[in-house]
Amino acid sequence: MNKINSIRKDWSLIETLIAEDRKILDIGCGDGGLMEQLENNRNAITHGIELNRDLAANAIARGFNVVHGNAELDLSQYSNNSFDYVILSQTLQAMMKPKDILSELLRIGSKAIVSFPNFGHWKIRFQLLISGKMPVTESLPYTWYDTPNIHFFTIKDFLNLCNEMNIVIEKSIGLTSKGKQFDISESVTGVNFFTHEAIFLLSYKNFEPIKIKSSKKVFAKNSVIAN
Amino acid sequence: MKTKFTTDTKLESEIAYFENINLKLESGDIIDSFKLAFKTYGKLNAYKTNAILVCHALTGDQYVAGNNPITGREGWWSRMVGPNKPIDTNKFFVICSNVLGGCAGSTGPKELQNGSDVAYGGNFPAVTIKDMVKAQSLLIESLNIEKLFSVIGGSMGAMQALQWAIDFPDKILNIIHIAGALKHSAQNIAFHEVGRQAIMSDPIWKNGKYFENNEVPERGLSVARMIAHITYLSENAMHRKFGRKLQSRDIISFGFDADFQVESYLRYQGKSFVERFDANSYLYLTRAMDYFDHDETFIKNIEFSHNPNNHLKYLIVSFTSDWLFPTIESKMIVNQLNSLSREVSFLEIDTDKGHDSFLLEEPQLDDVIKGFLTNNFAKIDE
Repeated sequence: MNKINSIRKDWSLIETLIAEDRKILDIGCGDGGLMEQLENNRNAITHGIELNRDLAANAIARGFNVVHGNAELDLSQYSNNSFDYVILSQTLQAMMKPKDILSELLRIGSKAIVSFPNFGHWKIRFQLLISGKMPVTESLPYTWYDTPNIHFFTIKDFLNLCNEMNIVIEKSIGLTSKGKQFDISESVTGVNFFTHEAIFLLSYKNFEPIKIKSSKKVFAKNSVIAN
Repeated sequence: MKTKFTTDTKLESEIAYFENINLKLESGDIIDSFKLAFKTYGKLNAYKTNAILVCHALTGDQYVAGNNPITGREGWWSRMVGPNKPIDTNKFFVICSNVLGGCAGSTGPKELQNGSDVAYGGNFPAVTIKDMVKAQSLLIESLNIEKLFSVIGGSMGAMQALQWAIDFPDKILNIIHIAGALKHSAQNIAFHEVGRQAIMSDPIWKNGKYFENNEVPERGLSVARMIAHITYLSENAMHRKFGRKLQSRDIISFGFDADFQVESYLRYQGKSFVERFDANSYLYLTRAMDYFDHDETFIKNIEFSHNPNNHLKYLIVSFTSDWLFPTIESKMIVNQLNSLSREVSFLEIDTDKGHDSFLLEEPQLDDVIKGFLTNNFAKIDE
């Protein structure tokens, strides 16, 4: 599975997570490929951010709403809940502050879609174990000194972080290195071992409204998230 | 509204006369009648959906493409506007008018006061960017165009494009805003002030009445242009173009001749400017730019406008080496529009050519303008 195929596969899985007629922000949108796919197949309204100048220019020239900028600096400009979905495809591991980005995604969007290569895959584990060198694989094809990926993490790490941040995993899709697809939440044992790439649909925990009964009126109120 | 149209053969330009229209200016002054000189390129389609208004910068005019009879040279954006150019006149109907207060045929300090044989000079009322746009909107209306597909401009033209988005969002579909800002910065006002002082301290200026003796405050106006021209370039571009190279000599003269090429170039720029631009008009238009300020009001104007503006698309472009309207100023517009979830695109183009980049060879600028117009036009054309 080469890089391009891997991204296309990623996109088609992301598409399955998205409902019709929604407003979407694609972070690291490249030249607008995923945006185009979602506009065509899901009738989505799309916005994008792209760090690379030439890719951003291409996307704009193709008619997409794309802001040339750095997601780590520029996400703060978007208002709370201004998108239905915020997508971060295969870039969380390249972020300076992945945790901050994750909370920004769910501030801006009611749902977030995050995909990443799993550093806990058996090939990577064995490479490090046997050769004693930093692993180089199809999904992480860079040597340690020139990789854009600065935060390596496994599915287990990611699940722990979500738990800590009160993030609900609504759906999760795992892909093996052969491209076989499965539901991460259902296959408990060995998931972290066999998942090559993972895609998660995330949202914040919804709290049931607490109803306060008074003699005259019924008040409803969402309880706040208590850490 | 009844408008009279004529063609001025000497100016090779269309003139629209708005008589007894009582145009109320932002200052409170009223101009009862005025005229705008304009040029059009390409053909308006049957549904009138392909009209684009191009707004010129401080010293521009209506001759955006083709021949400019005043200078005898090509129009100021002829590399951008024309058949098969990024703003393709095979496809779009392009309108460009000389701004109110200008000196290429529109009503301004150089023109005769209504019902008299004396020019306005310093009696011309102060005009603002908002006033220019109001006058343009009357022109568009009189051309029976309900909706412009796009309003495009760089620098002072970008200010006009932004003003269109604020004042007449219902009459446009998108704007392309190049090398502009929400406000004219203190530094920019300072440079303009130096330019104006150069003009006003020229003894020939005579409180703006130099035309009475058929004179022109050439020295003041050319110095103003020289200062301004420096701000349109960048240090790198100047170094690349001139370095410390000497002009037509091998050794320095130990005098105040134009020893260096950069001096000779600036003197030429100043001199040729005097031949085509009116000193009073320069005072008025620089002032209009100085007064431009939407720093605090823009976001509220867009959010709470009584005129629906949700449909508007914005393309904002800046240049890395532009120190008059730096990228940070463009990003402020982008941030505010994004905070309101508006359809905005933004690109910072990497170039060392400074503020003037929008007039020069910048392939990426061509690509985004062409693509933005073509693809968005295809969407409305469906």
